[in-house]
Amino acid sequence: MLRYKHSCLVCVASLLFLLPSAFAQTQTANTYAITHAKIFTLAGSPIEDGTLVIRDGKIAAVGAGVEVPAGAQVIDAKGLQVYPGLFDPITQMGLREIGAVSATVDSSETGSFNPDVVAATAVSPSSEHIPVTRAAGITEVLAVPGSGGFDSGGSRGVLGGQASAIHLGGWVIEEMLLKKSAAMVLNWPRIETRSFDFETFTRKEKPYTEAKQEYEKQVNELTEWLERARHYSQVMEKSSAAKYDRDLKLEALVPVIRGELPLLIFADRARDIRNAVEFCDKHNLRMILAGGDEAYKVKDLLRSKSIPVILRPTLTLPEDEDDPYDRLLSQPAELAAADVKFAFGSFDNSFARRLGQNAANAVAYGLPYDEALRAVTVNPAQILGLGNQIGTLETGKIANIIVTNGDPLEITTDVRYLFIRGQLTSTDNRHKSLYGKYLNRPKPVN
Amino acid sequence: MKILSGFSGMTGSIRILGLLSLLCLPFMVAATPPDAPPIILIQNATILTVSHGTIEHGSILIKDGKIAEVGESVKAPKDAQVIDAAGQFVMPGIIDCHSHIAVDGSVNEGSVSVSSMANIADVLDPDDIDIYRDLAGGVTVANVLHGSANSIGGQTQVIKLRWGQPAAKLPFEGALPGIKFALGENPKRSNFSIPGQPRRYPTTRMGVEETIRGAFTEARDYKKAWDDYNKRFNAGEKSLIPPRRDLKLEPLVEVLEGKRYVHSHCYREDEILMLLRVAKEFGFKVRTFQHVLEGYKVADEIAAAGVGASTFSDWWAYKVEAYDAIPYNAALMTRRGVVVSINSDDAEEATHLNQEAAKSMKFGGLSHDEALKMVTLNPALQLGIDRRVGTIDVGKDADLAIYNHDPLSAYAVVQKTLIDGRVYFDRQRDITDRQAREKEKKALLDKEKKSSEKKPDATVTIGQKPGEKKPEAKKPDEKKPEEKKPEEKPKPPAAVGSIGGGL
Repeated sequence: MLRYKHSCLVCVASLLFLLPSAFAQTQTANTYAITHAKIFTLAGSPIEDGTLVIRDGKIAAVGAGVEVPAGAQVIDAKGLQVYPGLFDPITQMGLREIGAVSATVDSSETGSFNPDVVAATAVSPSSEHIPVTRAAGITEVLAVPGSGGFDSGGSRGVLGGQASAIHLGGWVIEEMLLKKSAAMVLNWPRIETRSFDFETFTRKEKPYTEAKQEYEKQVNELTEWLERARHYSQVMEKSSAAKYDRDLKLEALVPVIRGELPLLIFADRARDIRNAVEFCDKHNLRMILAGGDEAYKVKDLLRSKSIPVILRPTLTLPEDEDDPYDRLLSQPAELAAADVKFAFGSFDNSFARRLGQNAANAVAYGLPYDEALRAVTVNPAQILGLGNQIGTLETGKIANIIVTNGDPLEITTDVRYLFIRGQLTSTDNRHKSLYGKYLNRPKPVN
Repeated sequence: MKILSGFSGMTGSIRILGLLSLLCLPFMVAATPPDAPPIILIQNATILTVSHGTIEHGSILIKDGKIAEVGESVKAPKDAQVIDAAGQFVMPGIIDCHSHIAVDGSVNEGSVSVSSMANIADVLDPDDIDIYRDLAGGVTVANVLHGSANSIGGQTQVIKLRWGQPAAKLPFEGALPGIKFALGENPKRSNFSIPGQPRRYPTTRMGVEETIRGAFTEARDYKKAWDDYNKRFNAGEKSLIPPRRDLKLEPLVEVLEGKRYVHSHCYREDEILMLLRVAKEFGFKVRTFQHVLEGYKVADEIAAAGVGASTFSDWWAYKVEAYDAIPYNAALMTRRGVVVSINSDDAEEATHLNQEAAKSMKFGGLSHDEALKMVTLNPALQLGIDRRVGTIDVGKDADLAIYNHDPLSAYAVVQKTLIDGRVYFDRQRDITDRQAREKEKKALLDKEKKSSEKKPDATVTIGQKPGEKKPEAKKPDEKKPEEKKPEEKPKPPAAVGSIGGGL
């Protein structure tokens, strides 16, 4: 009971505190100290009654006996818990506002090979999705282009463009950028005998041999792109820019060829995954698997090649009616046991706030809790090559931090304070303000 | 029961046709319905009765499919089959007030703006795997609706998820039939057009209102014609010619007479009030507003009209009319006196409605019991089946879901689901049976492969309808088609590449 009263006080205090911080992004304070909290650093055991100091956007100190610097704004987080902000590694954040309205959708370019388009260009910093998602404790996401959705007319393209890692806070994209080009999207071609044709609004079927031919044609085209990019890369190395014609698409593929930029490969079926792995092996490319419904069938291959997986929401129903009903729910436990590295992704915008819920459901079906927490914080950061900047609470890392009243994966938990790049950032959003407005609607007169 | 002679006979014959067509379905491994032990005792459980609080270490005695006793100490006969639920939680089976499972083919008869002649009851598919999957999510009852393609859509059917039983055993006995209405973007087809087809009336919210008003104007005249005829017939007049039957108007007459519930898909505040005005004009009642994502803006009006609201937990932004959707909707409407349920509209969402209900505690501060009611008692009230289901009380149907944790948590997993006192889902049994099922599937595939190798020209194999072309040998890795249903499925969490349906 005492605890309950106390957390109410914290709640009121936080409300008072947060009111002016609706404009938090303009705040000039740059030193904060979160005190008396249980701190889950994800880089060691949780710290009881710990202090975390934030200065100039970074974590300056974290530990049990850390001193509060003079002039720091102090947040007494007694009874509260501190975690790294959650990282959603597959979203269309800022690229799609209202799914059904194409004017508000910029997530997929037309055509099959668009390696040069970059998500960051089209991310709308004032998207309403950003504060809504932030309120769920998600502090950074990967904005992924070219991976289908409403605007794509059902087709996915092959090379979808470059995915950008962004903070969910900032006035302009420059302030939001974590990594402009974090991965190259590749939708692994599928052998599809049945499809929906939007031109005629009918379902189309074609023979397997024909579908296979189309598949092979796409893989050949992809191979050709990469070979041309390899040649282009060599030309770039050996001659000065003035001596060759610049090609934007090939230039965009050069970091992929050189192994600097990973391919984010969307594939679900075991056969497709195997083919994609073989392809990357052959061409010496770095691969991150996305989707991975049947990753469990190729877990040994994934482990042996150190290929990480970004799993779609665990609550998704299995594709085949013969599959066990909990196929995707129990897969994370199986992958963890096989030592395959994975993260959870929402693969969406408006459902991004279900990220924690999906991770918790994997725990319900056997995944160790710590692994689930890692799969929404440190794992996505490491998978995208950002592990040295973000994902754990360690000195020197970017201060993307949440302070909660409980387990951040549980549905009913509230985020009390949220820091993005060391800025205390509001959790107000479109939903909260509409709630406030209509909570106060007077009774109708009649 | 039916007002017009011959109506039920007609429906009956359509049902029989439906059954005949089911017999022609491809071969499937049929699930056998579970036994009905006369007496079951669930003991040592935390019982979330919903109607009278939580009982720690309680027991439930089930006799003949009904709840016979509930309490801390229940005396059970020796021959009772015991389910020890130590450390587990029992709640009433989940009732999903908006579902499209167990339907053979499309849920939309979209060719006309009033498709009230179409009936979901005629196309129930007892082999739909989603029945089983939703059972595994603790769902025991679903309100199976026609889609939202038309201002006045088809007739709806409340079912129990009796997996393994034939189609005829799915309907919830005695539940009043319903009809789907739809307002806003879907019936006016804002978000898609069908190539090669002219636009269908209506294309505005004005036209949606007129479509409904027009249909009820006809229905009122039609009812009058029959009333006059019946009056004269009963007065002994001979040689009367009865009015011509109209299958489109008959269900609307039932609505006017309070014998059929209206479940209306809607989003925006203005269209909600529009339907209330039209209903008042014709003297019928709307039973539930479905989705009703702006219901929070007109909660007082909905409460005053005595209409239920069945909404989503946190869906938003998939179309313009969902842009003002907020996860506080359920709580706000509840606080203003509306009976609110949380529904799925989707086979996947239905597998975790317990979790979706829990969100009303976070968003708007409902109590644990109020949140539970969102998926139990409240949908039961909305469907008029609350005397049979929705709480754990003596005399009610033994429709129960047993979880290993508090069901209002993302960590809770359904262990058993009971309907009418039968265990239709048992997690342990499901896991145990997996190997055998895999083996059976492999044997069947091998057999098919062998027979197609031996007799390349054979025209009939197992799983084939007579007269159908021989299917290609099964490619185990083949994807199912991505199907766009022009109805309410905005969710792409299944895959970024999936088509959000929805529209």
